[in-house]
Formats: sequence, C-alpha cells, structure tokens
Amino acid sequence: MNKPLNTPSSAGVRLGGDTIEVMAMTALLIFSIVFFSLLAPGFLSATNFSSMSMQLPELGLLSLAMLVPIISGGLNLSVTFTANIAGLTTAWLVQGLLAGMGILSVPMAIMAGLVVGAAAGFLIGVIVAYVGAHPILVSLGAMIFLQGVGEFLTRGGGISGMPEVFQTIGSGNFLGVPIPMLIFLGAAAGLMYVMHFTRTGFSIYMLGSNPRATEYSGINVKRVLITVYTISGLLAGLAGMVMLARFNSVRVGHGESYLLITVLACFLAGANPFGGFGRVLPLVLGLMSLQVIASGMNLMGASQHLATAVWGAFLIIVMALRMPFIKQS
Amino acid sequence: MRNLLSRTRLGTEGVLLGIILALSIVLALTTDSFLSLQNLFDLLNNQSVNIIFAVGLVVVLIAGGIDISFAVAASVVQYVVMTLLIETLGGGSWALGIILSMLVGTLLGLFNALLIHRFRIVSIIVTIGTFNLFFGLLMYFTGGVSIYDIPDWLYYSIPLLDLPAERGSATLYFPAAVMAVMVMLTWFILARTGFGRAVYGFGSSPEAARRSGVSVWKIHAFAYGWLGLCAGVAGLMQAHIVQEVVPNALIGQELPILAAVVLGGATLGGGRGSVLGAVLGVLLLAVVQNGLNLLGVTPYAFRMIVGLIILIAITTSNLGNLLPRSTRAKNV
Repeated sequence: MNKPLNTPSSAGVRLGGDTIEVMAMTALLIFSIVFFSLLAPGFLSATNFSSMSMQLPELGLLSLAMLVPIISGGLNLSVTFTANIAGLTTAWLVQGLLAGMGILSVPMAIMAGLVVGAAAGFLIGVIVAYVGAHPILVSLGAMIFLQGVGEFLTRGGGISGMPEVFQTIGSGNFLGVPIPMLIFLGAAAGLMYVMHFTRTGFSIYMLGSNPRATEYSGINVKRVLITVYTISGLLAGLAGMVMLARFNSVRVGHGESYLLITVLACFLAGANPFGGFGRVLPLVLGLMSLQVIASGMNLMGASQHLATAVWGAFLIIVMALRMPFIKQS
Repeated sequence: MRNLLSRTRLGTEGVLLGIILALSIVLALTTDSFLSLQNLFDLLNNQSVNIIFAVGLVVVLIAGGIDISFAVAASVVQYVVMTLLIETLGGGSWALGIILSMLVGTLLGLFNALLIHRFRIVSIIVTIGTFNLFFGLLMYFTGGVSIYDIPDWLYYSIPLLDLPAERGSATLYFPAAVMAVMVMLTWFILARTGFGRAVYGFGSSPEAARRSGVSVWKIHAFAYGWLGLCAGVAGLMQAHIVQEVVPNALIGQELPILAAVVLGGATLGGGRGSVLGAVLGVLLLAVVQNGLNLLGVTPYAFRMIVGLIILIAITTSNLGNLLPRSTRAKNV
C-alpha cells in the first residue's frame, strides 16, 4: 500500500475520466425528458416527477449493489434475494423479538437487516476470494440458497403490517423530495466517495482492470474481493429496507424481476463487462433515463412491458456502438 | 485423497454419477417409493424439459459464451407457434408443431448469434438485452393472457411405455423420447464430429481456433442457434406437459438450469463440459428434490438445500485453490 495510490490528483483524474460517460448519460436523460414532455401529456407534472422519484430508489440501490462487483470484474446475481432476506429480517424483528421495545426497536431492526445483507455479501466474497470460483457461479448458488431460505422462513407467504415509522420512510417527503430518493442519493454519494476517493475504491478499480498486476503490487486481493461483495450486500440490504418501507410488507421474490435490469443499467452506463471501468454518476443518470422512458411510455398508454422491451433494445444498440471502444481482458 | 482422485481420472461426470448413485441407494433404503418404476419414470417425465434446455445450454458454455435468454425464447416459441397453428394453419400436427418450434427457436438463437458475432458484444450483455426485449414484447403482445385452447394433438399426453406397477401403472411419456433424441443428437455433434471438436477448441482458445482456420461465425451460429432450437423443442414439450401456454411460465428457469449445467462440469470460461455432465447435473438436482419430497421434507426447504448443494459443489470442485501453492503445482 504505497502512498501515491491515493493522492488527490489521481482521484481527480479518475473523476475526470468519466466526462464522456457523464455527458452521454446526461444527453440521454435530457433527450428522453424532452422527447416525452413533447409527446406524453402530463409528463412535466409534479405528480409524475414525484411518482418517478418514488419508483427509482429500489432499482437504483440494487443497481449500485451490482455496480461494485462489475467494476471488480465479477457480478452479484444474489442482490435481489439479499434485499429480500434483509427485509425479512427487519420485518421479523420488528414484529417478533423486538416488538416490546418501543421506538428503539425500529432502528435496531433496520441495523440488523443491513447487517444480514452485508453478511450475505461477505460470505459470497469469502467464497469468491478463497475458492477462486467464478463470481457468477458463487452468487448464483447464493441466490438460489437465499431464495430458498426466504421461502423456508415465510412458507411462501409474506410479512406485512409494519409500524407507522416505515410508512413515513416509504412515502414521506423531506423538503419535497421523497425519503427513499434521499436514501438512494445518499447511498450513491457515499459509494462515489468510497470508489473515487479511498484506497479501497482504487484497489477495486485496479483489481477489475488487471487482477494479476494488482496482486503483484502488494494489494491484498482476497480482502478487496471480500470488501467488494460486502459493500454489494450492504447496498442490497439498504434496497431491502426501502422496499419494505415502500410496500409496508416483504415477500420473497419481490423485486426479482429487477435483477437483470440492474445489470442492464450498469452496462448501459458504461461499466465494462470485463471489469475495471464503471462510475457511479453515469449510472445514476442512466437509471433516471430508464425511469423517464418507463414513466413516459406509461403516460402515453403503453404498458410497462413495452418499456422493458425498449430497455433491452436500448442496451443492445448502446453496446453495439460502445463495443469497439471497450478494453477486453 | 486428491492423488486417488486424480489417478483414477473419474472426471466431473464420474463424480456426479457416483453422488447420484450413492444418493439413490440411500433413498432406496430410506423410502419405499424411490426405487419404484413409477417414481423413476416420473422423474424422467418431469425433467425432460429441463434436460433439453441443459443440453442446448452446454453447447453455448463449451463455446465460451453464456445465454440468459433461452427460457424467454422458449416462451416466445410457444406463443408464436401456437398462434400460427391455431389461427392460420387450422390446428396442425405433431410434425408441423415440432418443425415450427425448431424453426422459430433457431431464428431467435441466431438473432443472439448475429448480435454477438457481428457487433462483437459480450454474450451475457446481448442475452440480457434480448431477455428484456423478448420478454417485454411477449408480454406486450399477449397482454399476459394464457392460451388454454391448444390443439388436440398437443393436449392429450402420449404414453410411450406403459408398465404395470404397484399402484396402477408406470408410464413414460412422449417428452422423454424427445429428450433422448435431443441428448443423443447434441452428444453426437459435440463428441463425434470434427465440428464438435472445433466448438471445444474455440471455447478454450478463440484466438488459436481462429488462426487454425476455424470459422468463428459458424461456431457462434451453431452454438446459439442450437440452444435456440433446443429451447423451441423444450417450449413445445412444456406446453404439452402442462396443457396450456402461459407467457411467463418459464421465466426464472434460466438461472437454475445454468447452475445445473455448471454443476455438470461446464465452465464459464469455455472449452469444458459435456452433454453427459449437463444431463447428470440436472438429474442430481432432480434426485435431491425428489428424495426430499419422498422423505417428507417441506417443499419450502427445497430451494434452500439445492442452493446449498450448488455452493458446496462449487467450493469443493475448486478445492485445489484452497491448498497452498506448492501442493497445487504438483497436481497440475
């Protein structure tokens, strides 16, 4: 761990490195907003914007949880079910063990949920780091396992009826911005700090672009990998909390359909499938564009499914344009 | 232990077969119905769709790619073929149904291949894209409505082999035969033709294969096209077994099947894997579920145990990486 790794100047350069992606994603966002405000009546209304900012955070947090492993050259297929299990833990603690503890029970249960999410990620990280199996496989096994644990604990049902506090978190506003959106933006800012301004973040980028060079440069690759998946699990756990708060209930499999869309969002926003590249800011902007497209199409009377199809087509087109510039390792 | 394993050269298939046999013996001793003809036939009937998917997917994995979109493609095939047959062809027949399913499935697979080959996009991205594209369009055009009114030839199950058993009779149905044909065909192409060897070669080192004259586009077209063909056939068989077409019935099947195929020895890096391994991978998970069922374990625990088995299998098959470097070097 040498000092030059983390000088402010290199962090600045790396931040500057995403100018193109940020510009492309901003252009996409502006274009889609203009497009739909011309075509879809009511797109520019306050109601539409508030409903968009209610829907974005779940997918957004899950996408952040997917981004970190992708930067490290892997993938975490278990994010959705990690979120489920974290949500279940919190719901179960609030209603069961901690029910008699009054107001203190909620923050404690939320902490526990986040810890469970991080622990799930930690275990995946340990297996990836020490066994050396492909992260897709490890997280796939973990995904099936976590889904099974959820099914076993809930017997296929759900837990609902959370205390009032969750409703406030899920549908409340702070200075006119929905609280889930603030949580998402806070998490994005936090992740941006970790990825761009800390030694850990730098090691993750380095690991993604060249694992062997990273190992030779004296970085503890195993520890970095474990950190990657722990961060991923923690963010997924946060997504679970937001989902729990927004729906006032938790059910295994809720948000399952987001899984491939989180990968789609990361690749769309310039993350390299071979690792090493991918930034938080373009991802946030890209997610906003995806949300704008979905909401705009919805307002125009098209179904959510057509929006899904458009997202898929979009990904293919963007990647076809981007592929000649991607470094393959 | 490691020396013993490497000396006997069991390979993944051998180990899997051993585990399946050991499990079967335990289950035969602990339950009275596992070893019945009925149960074994049911196992084959129920797994035929998954096995057809798996032998298609193993080809893509051997060629060094990955495909997430095949289950959605199968759903698209079901819908397109059924609509064509009912609305324009007046019902059709088995021959027409299978040919059409293969055709539509292959086309969808070739679409993936085209994007992967022509635009050089990584296969996982392409197939996540086509997953969303196919699924979105399917749900949009069908409105999520199922087709219950399927033609008679598809509706009534066809017994192949009907043997007397303890309770009534044990019957093996038509999808099992289709599965056997698809397994044999895939095995033949991969293991007995020069082209099959080229697929392995391409998977283990694309650049070396390209330089030695292997036509890359043929490999891509074959791998994804063949998976599409298998998916089409599997889709038709699934519709036949459940006697209806539900647009999202197969969604979510892709990842567990991928896990089963990888359990059978295929790697995500390409160049390794076999048809036998893929079949055994699916069968292992099926036997485990069947056994848990017969032992009276709650079905809610199945997936948890299957997930645990996959994790353990991944961990133990890579056990060599846990050993210190010096010991590892000796075994290479």
